[in-house]
Amino acid sequence: MDYLPNIIFTIALFVGIGFFARNVKKLIRNIRLGRDVEVGDNKPQRWKNMAKIALGQTKMVVRPIAGLMHIIVYVGFIIINIEVLEIILDGILGTHRLFAPLGSAYNFLIGSFEILALLVIVAVVIFWIRRNVIKLARFIKPEMKGWPEKDGNMILYIELVLMLLFLTMNAADFSLQQMGAEHYAAAGAFPVSQFIVPLFDGLSIPTIIGIERTAWWLHILGILAFLNYLYYSKHLHILLAFPNTYYGKLKPQGEFDNLEAVTNEVKLMMDPSADPYAAPSDGATEPEKFGASDVMDLNWVQLLNAYTCTECGRCTSECPANQTGKKLSPRKIMMDTRDRLEEVGKNMDANKGEFVPDGKQLLDDYISREELWACTTCNACVQACPVSIDPLSIIMEMRRFLVMEQSAAPLELNNMMGNLENNGAPWPFNQMDRLNWAQEP
Amino acid sequence: MANEMNVPTMAALFAEGKQPEILFWVGCAGSFDDRAKKITKAFVKILNRAGVSFAVLGTEESCTGDPAKRAGNEFLFQMQAMTNIEVMNGYEVKKVVTACPHCFNTIKNEYPGLGGNYEVLHHTQFLKQLVEEGKITLEGGTYKGKRITYHDPCYLGRANDVYEAPRELIQKLDAELLEMKNCRKRGLCCGAGGAQMFKEPEKGDKDVNVERTEQAMETQPEIIAAACPFCNTMMTDGVKNKEKETSIAVLDIAELVANAQDL
Repeated sequence: MDYLPNIIFTIALFVGIGFFARNVKKLIRNIRLGRDVEVGDNKPQRWKNMAKIALGQTKMVVRPIAGLMHIIVYVGFIIINIEVLEIILDGILGTHRLFAPLGSAYNFLIGSFEILALLVIVAVVIFWIRRNVIKLARFIKPEMKGWPEKDGNMILYIELVLMLLFLTMNAADFSLQQMGAEHYAAAGAFPVSQFIVPLFDGLSIPTIIGIERTAWWLHILGILAFLNYLYYSKHLHILLAFPNTYYGKLKPQGEFDNLEAVTNEVKLMMDPSADPYAAPSDGATEPEKFGASDVMDLNWVQLLNAYTCTECGRCTSECPANQTGKKLSPRKIMMDTRDRLEEVGKNMDANKGEFVPDGKQLLDDYISREELWACTTCNACVQACPVSIDPLSIIMEMRRFLVMEQSAAPLELNNMMGNLENNGAPWPFNQMDRLNWAQEP
Repeated sequence: MANEMNVPTMAALFAEGKQPEILFWVGCAGSFDDRAKKITKAFVKILNRAGVSFAVLGTEESCTGDPAKRAGNEFLFQMQAMTNIEVMNGYEVKKVVTACPHCFNTIKNEYPGLGGNYEVLHHTQFLKQLVEEGKITLEGGTYKGKRITYHDPCYLGRANDVYEAPRELIQKLDAELLEMKNCRKRGLCCGAGGAQMFKEPEKGDKDVNVERTEQAMETQPEIIAAACPFCNTMMTDGVKNKEKETSIAVLDIAELVANAQDL
């Protein structure tokens, strides 16, 4: 029966990781519903961007307070994972503090983890205050009502509880070490949790062992639960920020792609020798749908963008339309894209992997035309995103659908385009008058 | 006489068997908009003064297609683009200079994929080169000590990372360059981009150009410097909305440079 905890732990670990892996598979399947897009170019620059933007957090510190707090939580998250490795090995092998033989290096590690854990707690509390007490504008926009607001707080609570459990576990361990309890050899340094130790004064060794074991189990089970929470929350960015920055746009921000299908047609139209009645050549494909009205019309990088978004709202707070009270919020564009993609995914799950039309789409059912037409294409949202998400590209694809598939541009824009077509200028001036300015005083 | 302008067309030079060094792409605003035409003329006067070998397309120029593309009409954009590229390639154009960041962005970034490969400069970059080459000098003191704030056009700044050329020119005028709280990469749009210039804004509680003008006014400027004909219109309207048109002028960098030279 001595092996029972090891067995239970190993099962918990497999179930936790297995369930997460299942969701990751779903995630990849959903992202692959997007159109193909050429992103295999300039790999050195892509790796550099990932190292700088995701690993190096260069765009986070544009806003120094949030940036610094985020780096603390991020570094804490990564470094404390070394401790999680020890915990996992202890759990499987039935050992206690397996890495303790590292001696002073071990003390240094545990000591650093504790200090980081404290800093993470401080940062998490400040984050919570920013969301719930100061109520920073970008956290209380309409799209944050309901689940997104709860989700944001939930993540903070989980992180807080995990850190407190970690420190409680260490404090109990430390006091057991001091009391000379069996199996609790002196190991580790406890610069933070030593201040919790006095709380255990007067408790018996078995009680403190109970506290230590409970904290240990809750901590690791909590981590496994958090891992599985990721898929259902906005928090996937901790993983997806890396591929997302890798696949981010390398071209100048002002450069929008030229639709190849259109190029072919325009060339035909402009070629005087082209035969408009010629039979399509063999292998000619169905005319492509122009632009996007649903998530499957977007490319897979745009869908990856949607899952990567952690709803920080920096895009929205920089958006000129949003700042002046228009409905458009670039963050909502990303959230809507993700929510619709999830809906499509669930539809496929329920229909043996096939998507059965549900009479809904991204356009109108999620993103309104009013939002799309409010965009000035200024790229402020793209610039603001700390993980290289491009909301503007989605807005553009949807405008393309409205204009090229539905001829549904606002009236004034139709007038502008009519002028452009007839006179080569957006205003009703004759092209032959284009040089008149040179004759005017 | 300072008002005399020499504006050769590509067609005329071609007929004489000549090839200018640069094509000055005037753009629709620069050709037709009364306010923007002043910028065009200021720039031409500088080109004349500096003895730059240039020409315009004149009646052979047509919209780059930028507003159509940003509105979502890729067909119309590519029709415009290919027509323009055919004309420019016909004249074997190598280098294009334009005073409009939208034309600049489109020709520089979106024409190459359609067969139009040129070296493209914004007029602020070109003016900076002229100063560096000593072809124009900016001393004179017209703007000495004047408080000038510079508004970054989205399609010059964020879109193409050109932030310094216009600022260096302002500083060379001995003016006091004032930065708004949102500048360079975080510059706020004037509200005209993405074809918004040609439509009424969506419902909201403020117009973008008023918001931006307020940011500019926080620096207490005598002059708001722009580098885009559309930004110029939007900021001018914003200043009027604030009833400050008697105390704050909205001027293009080219106009500042031309005025400093008494052109």
